[in-house]
Amino acid sequence: MAVLNFFRRYWIAIVAHLAVLVAWQLFVQLGEVEPYIMPSPLATVMTLADNNGWVHNTLFTAGEIFGGYICAVIFGVGMALFFSWSKNLDAALMPLLISLNMIPKVALGPIFIVWFSYGMGSNILMAFAISFLPILITTARGLKEVEPDLIDLVRTLRATRWQVFTKIQLPGSLPYIFSGMKVAVVLAVAGAIVGEFIASEEGLGYLMMQRQVELDTAAMFMAVLLITLIGSVLYGAVMLLEKIVVPQDARLG
Amino acid sequence: MRGSDEERPMTGPFIRLEGVRKEFATRGERFLAVSDVTFDVAEGELVALVGPSGCGKTTVLKMIAGLHEHSGGTMRIGGTDGAGFSADKDIGMVFQQPLLLKWRKVLENVLLPAEILGLPMAESRDRARDLLALVGLDGFEGSYPYELSGGMQQRAAIARSLVHDPKVVLMDEPFGALDALTRESMNLELLRIWSESRKTILFVTHGIQEAVFLGSRVVVLTSSPARMAGDITVELPYPRKLEIKTHEDFGAYTRQIYSLLGMA
Repeated sequence: MAVLNFFRRYWIAIVAHLAVLVAWQLFVQLGEVEPYIMPSPLATVMTLADNNGWVHNTLFTAGEIFGGYICAVIFGVGMALFFSWSKNLDAALMPLLISLNMIPKVALGPIFIVWFSYGMGSNILMAFAISFLPILITTARGLKEVEPDLIDLVRTLRATRWQVFTKIQLPGSLPYIFSGMKVAVVLAVAGAIVGEFIASEEGLGYLMMQRQVELDTAAMFMAVLLITLIGSVLYGAVMLLEKIVVPQDARLG
Repeated sequence: MRGSDEERPMTGPFIRLEGVRKEFATRGERFLAVSDVTFDVAEGELVALVGPSGCGKTTVLKMIAGLHEHSGGTMRIGGTDGAGFSADKDIGMVFQQPLLLKWRKVLENVLLPAEILGLPMAESRDRARDLLALVGLDGFEGSYPYELSGGMQQRAAIARSLVHDPKVVLMDEPFGALDALTRESMNLELLRIWSESRKTILFVTHGIQEAVFLGSRVVVLTSSPARMAGDITVELPYPRKLEIKTHEDFGAYTRQIYSLLGMA
């Protein structure tokens, strides 16, 4: 029943996705496109049989992405909570962080490698650096976004600072936290891959650089597909969590 | 009439404002928001406070709620001795927006003041259910605010303002955001809720008709700074029905207020 409902609701989207795959296959086959320019979807999937260490490299990259992302959520939300408790801290550090946000994090990659050498650690750091500020900034905004009249209402009841925080501010900021977390998924994926491009001996980004030399475009396509899959899994997990934690109407887009 | 000077009970009026002023200082400049406001509210009375938008009515209400200090004059709540009145437990508030927490179901929203005050939850829950029935929301305990219409959300907000059994309910243009017809039916509802709960209600509005329809007295304020323009006893009998608006006396009260505001 649930499956049937799913198809009834999304059949247009499913058809659109399939149509693109079919068009791609036909384009490559009928147009006799060279496989090193553009492999067909089938040829791409077939590379899974090649000895590319797919499982290991996928897990390695997924580990970097999840690691960097989880750190970003913990630090981003944590610092925003911290700032919301101290006006002075917020006034001093928030503008600083917004300035730091202007730095293209990707450009820091070579510096991270100088500091921490290459490997999983610097790639996690890259994923973290690029996804942490959006979470911090949206959470901080969510914590501030409280109706002044609502504050008046609870002030007439002599609510404590802690009650205002736990009953109003924090639950009210959840939709913002999730909106920041969703943006951050895409960024964390990009961060980890860029890290692997710059210097790495493992991971899907590293694998792509290796196969590029041999013009094994199909394997590169497959790597991109797997990276996309990792991002989608993470995004899906965040959406699921949001569905559990935040009632429908309170969600932001 | 209740609240008139002659028949004031031994303890004096429940709320008394005498020559109350309020100055705000913004960036070094002083700004007089309320100047010399004097009126009484007897226990169990429904008094409407009417005046043009932005005239300082809300400031008066917030001073009574203890959200602003008054800068001059005297203000007293809870009778002469203030006995048995507690500033945190005995004030309920309703605003123009329902201000329901989107992530809480209606019943949990109504319970918010009880949670903050640390009242016994089982009893409060029963009371919240009774109040939801009183405001005509039985069956909606488990709904989220977005599932309710604007009028129903405001009913829930009224139930919330009563859950801790306050002595006074302060209402700041509670029906100002509703459409005209919903507003009329909410006015009737409020009169019913008032007659059943016997709370002291101070109702701020810029609707002159609404003020006359609801209030046993109407306190009229002029604008910036808020100043007393009149204090009218509305001698229309309760329970009031909408037909009363076509009554000759209703028109007379309305005209009187318009002229006090210099609009007629």
